[in-house]
Amino acid sequence: MSTAVLERPQAHSASEAAINCRVSKIFYGKFLAVRDSDVLIEKGKITGFIGPSGCGKSTVLRSLNRMNDLIKGFRLEGEVDFLGQDIYAKGVDPVVVRRHIGMVFQQPNPFSMSIYDNVAFGLKLNRYKGDIEEKVEHALRRAALWDEVKDKLKASGLSLSGGQQQRLCIARAVATQPAVLLMDEPCSALDPIATRRVEELMLELKDDYTIALVTHNMQQARRVADVTAFFSVDISRGGRTGYLVEMGQTDQIFEDPHEQLTKEYIRGDFS
Amino acid sequence: MAIQFALQDGKSLSQRPSIAAYVVDRAFFLAAGLGAFTIVALVAYILWEIGGQALPAVIKNGPQFLVNTHWNVQNQSFGILPQIWGTLYSSLLALLIGGFVGVTIAIILTQDFLPHQIAVVFRTLIEMLAAIPSVVFGLWGIFVVIPFIRPAADWLHDVAGFIPFFGTSLSGPGMAPAVIVLAIMILPTVAAISQDAISLVPYKVKEAAYGMGTTRWEAILKVIVPTASGGISSSLVLGFGRALGETMALAMLIGNANQISLSLFSPANTLASLLASNFPEAGQIERQALMYAALVLLAITLVVNVIGTLILAWTSRKIVKA
Repeated sequence: MSTAVLERPQAHSASEAAINCRVSKIFYGKFLAVRDSDVLIEKGKITGFIGPSGCGKSTVLRSLNRMNDLIKGFRLEGEVDFLGQDIYAKGVDPVVVRRHIGMVFQQPNPFSMSIYDNVAFGLKLNRYKGDIEEKVEHALRRAALWDEVKDKLKASGLSLSGGQQQRLCIARAVATQPAVLLMDEPCSALDPIATRRVEELMLELKDDYTIALVTHNMQQARRVADVTAFFSVDISRGGRTGYLVEMGQTDQIFEDPHEQLTKEYIRGDFS
Repeated sequence: MAIQFALQDGKSLSQRPSIAAYVVDRAFFLAAGLGAFTIVALVAYILWEIGGQALPAVIKNGPQFLVNTHWNVQNQSFGILPQIWGTLYSSLLALLIGGFVGVTIAIILTQDFLPHQIAVVFRTLIEMLAAIPSVVFGLWGIFVVIPFIRPAADWLHDVAGFIPFFGTSLSGPGMAPAVIVLAIMILPTVAAISQDAISLVPYKVKEAAYGMGTTRWEAILKVIVPTASGGISSSLVLGFGRALGETMALAMLIGNANQISLSLFSPANTLASLLASNFPEAGQIERQALMYAALVLLAITLVVNVIGTLILAWTSRKIVKA
């Protein structure tokens, strides 16, 4: 924990918002999956989402670039403001939203094409006219993968190890320099060494990118997140509805949580 | 028989399998092995038998048989180049049409374009096409397809007769009706295997594509179909294999004329159709020549099917590894 983090102002203060998410309800069909979760993703920071299984942290993350639109019956009540525009407003094309807000998934999912083509995919998709080769190299360097693959750019992305594949997916996502990067448990399929590399990478990427990170591992949030949002699940009301319990600077959440539930979760009473 | 463990304190309910279980096990293994061996033996026997009967013709006609263009029973001079040409030409054209339509159908049925129930109905209907007897397709071709395409064929020949494909007028049976019916006949093969291949593409790959901000068609054409390309190509190869060997419908529709022509409207012939039409009245010498032709057809279809199966095996391994 560096002192720089401690000196930062409290969350929800003057710092600039990349995404201001004010979810009042998210439904899958008739099932109320998430309620009352206002999450502010601050520019240039890593925001960690933690909480037990089924607490809706992934659902909220995937609502930030309309990935949930792929799921039948998904419905969101509330607003998700990105650069002052509600991405759920009528007339907003989810495809455009996803081009500005990139995503890295739980399972490494490179395309069945060469390493080079994987990274160039987004550039070609966005009709980039400049030097694609240079951008590919830059993205691979950014993802700390360049030295390992520079001699085999023509090899299939699927020939890499799991950790390398995940870094390739990060390179693919950052190649087009999206405004925000969403990461949905990016290390859950990786071994500890690969996990460490990806965590280091997130801290480096923070200089240029705003990152929202869902993690099942609260120590990971503690290691990399500036701001942490703790979600939990509401079983008292009969359903299994997730909601935001509290959100604040990572140090405050882990050392001085305001809510009893947060305290119990951090202590390891439930998971 | 298995060694016993000295654990007879009467507390455990565990027992070794009965003698009967071992016998059944063994019998099943032997039956399965015998069945597998029979299939191999059968293929070898067919090759042996056809090869043996074709041998006199192979010695007499030699490789010239493959490039001669006449099938003359009087002079006993035989050649199957027109039939090889007709077989490959009709099959390739059918593959072009049936392949394109089949893959398109596979995409539409697997990528949530239709409500689930309707997709299931469509899938069943297409699979039922495979159950229609070949002779019924042939009759349908004669009584429906030929009259149906005649106006268009006449018009094309009048307006664009200088293009070799439309160089002759449609006299009735010919390449065009044969190709149309053949395309429909290979449709179920192509559509079914392509559907399996496309369904095999993991959801996470689709998700990755949408996550990059692709539109639906970009996701399908740039990511999903390329990922399934191995399975799709093997569906095309297997469909091609089916087209090569199709007999009855073609014998009824292709016109059985031993000539080489690019024209879609002129009659032609295929190997399978030659065999079906000429066998009943063939004398000994012609019969041997027909056996030689059968051997050539067998070789062509065998090679094509082996290639298709290899592609399928190779790519499903690749996808599973992913």
